[in-house]
Amino acid sequence: MAGMPGPHDIGGKKFGGGQGGGAKNAGAVPRGEHVFAAWENRVDAMQRLLGGGGRKVYCIDELRRAIESLPPKDYFSLTYYERWVRALDMLLVEKGVLTRAEIDGRLAALRPR
Amino acid sequence: MPEASQGDVTYGFAPGQRVRVKTGDPPGHIRTPAYLRGKEGVIEDRQGVFRNPEELAFGKTGLPKKPLYLVRFRQHDVWPDYSGPGADTLSADIYEHWLEAI
Amino acid sequence: MAHDHDPPAPVDGGDHPPTEYELLERALRELLIEKGVFTAEDVRRTIDDWDTRTPANGGKVVARAWTDPEYKARLLADSKAAIEELGFDVGPAPQIVVLENTPQRHHVVVCTLCSCYPRTLLGLPPDWYKSKEYRSRVVAEPRAVLKEFGTEVPDDVEIKVVDSTADLRYLVLPARPAGTEGLSEDELAALVTRDCMVGVTNASAPG
Repeated sequence: MAGMPGPHDIGGKKFGGGQGGGAKNAGAVPRGEHVFAAWENRVDAMQRLLGGGGRKVYCIDELRRAIESLPPKDYFSLTYYERWVRALDMLLVEKGVLTRAEIDGRLAALRPR
Repeated sequence: MPEASQGDVTYGFAPGQRVRVKTGDPPGHIRTPAYLRGKEGVIEDRQGVFRNPEELAFGKTGLPKKPLYLVRFRQHDVWPDYSGPGADTLSADIYEHWLEAI
Repeated sequence: MAHDHDPPAPVDGGDHPPTEYELLERALRELLIEKGVFTAEDVRRTIDDWDTRTPANGGKVVARAWTDPEYKARLLADSKAAIEELGFDVGPAPQIVVLENTPQRHHVVVCTLCSCYPRTLLGLPPDWYKSKEYRSRVVAEPRAVLKEFGTEVPDDVEIKVVDSTADLRYLVLPARPAGTEGLSEDELAALVTRDCMVGVTNASAPG
């Protein structure tokens, strides 16, 4: 089955337009610098610990594949590390390191009431 | 320039050779950008041999390794409406199984 | 299961209730630590290690290449070995390739498919490098994108965009700015910005 390129494959892509056409190049490159939040640094670190080095749970191509498999509407509405943490969640369950029930249970316990 | 073969993998293309990027859009994890598919360019360099990311992405070994090339394109060949000078180029790393000789 | 959690909020000492994603980060991290996949110390150490990886490292490589022609030749021939000569650990993979800007050619690097970046030398990529605007446009209209960064490349200079799609990472060796003949290697290194090593700007002389 041939599909459309994934949402990540955007070299030269024009956006918007829809059925009537008129899609345009994306706008100006956003130039704001952002200081990484502590949780973003931790996602980056977890990714390195899981995807690199000795304790390899998955490889970088699996991480990329997981990110690309996010629903297209999520790919650009989520921030970079939001996509990464979703991909980590997906891979940890896929690899049998964690179960969905464990993650959901912990999330429920952490969620502010 | 890297040798013509590395380990038990032999390069099918040499620098300077003209190639076309294959078309098609197989499902899975592909490292050949869609905008280059079907475009003609020239082998700029041999980049080494690597496990196939299309297979690594799904937990397989990615073996045998695949030759990787830096392929150079004229911007006007990639984008028919390219507005810059004719000398502008674009290069990308592309695996051998995505290339065909022309 | 009796388990002592830290107080639920704030996750980051921040000023907002934790988002779903911040909670997910914490849930995954706690579970992985409890299962012994890694320790909290591993996470801290990894963050600390990556805090030392900043564009200043790339700047040292560039300044050495500007002042030592033999080093530059080695850097262009075998980038990884030459970078390691200066004491930087670039890891087993991916490989790093240095692209030299010349009076005839200006390089600019992108990863259209994700965010491949020479992290071992430059640290984490900036947001703009990962943005859909940069990734989609710089391959098709590099001159317009460079202009947004204040960089005008004359029409008689080739722009070469390099899309790092696979197992290599690219670092631009910018041209040494005119008027810097009297500067020391350290002073030169201070002129080398992250953006000029991606190729969206040129290095410029002080002042």
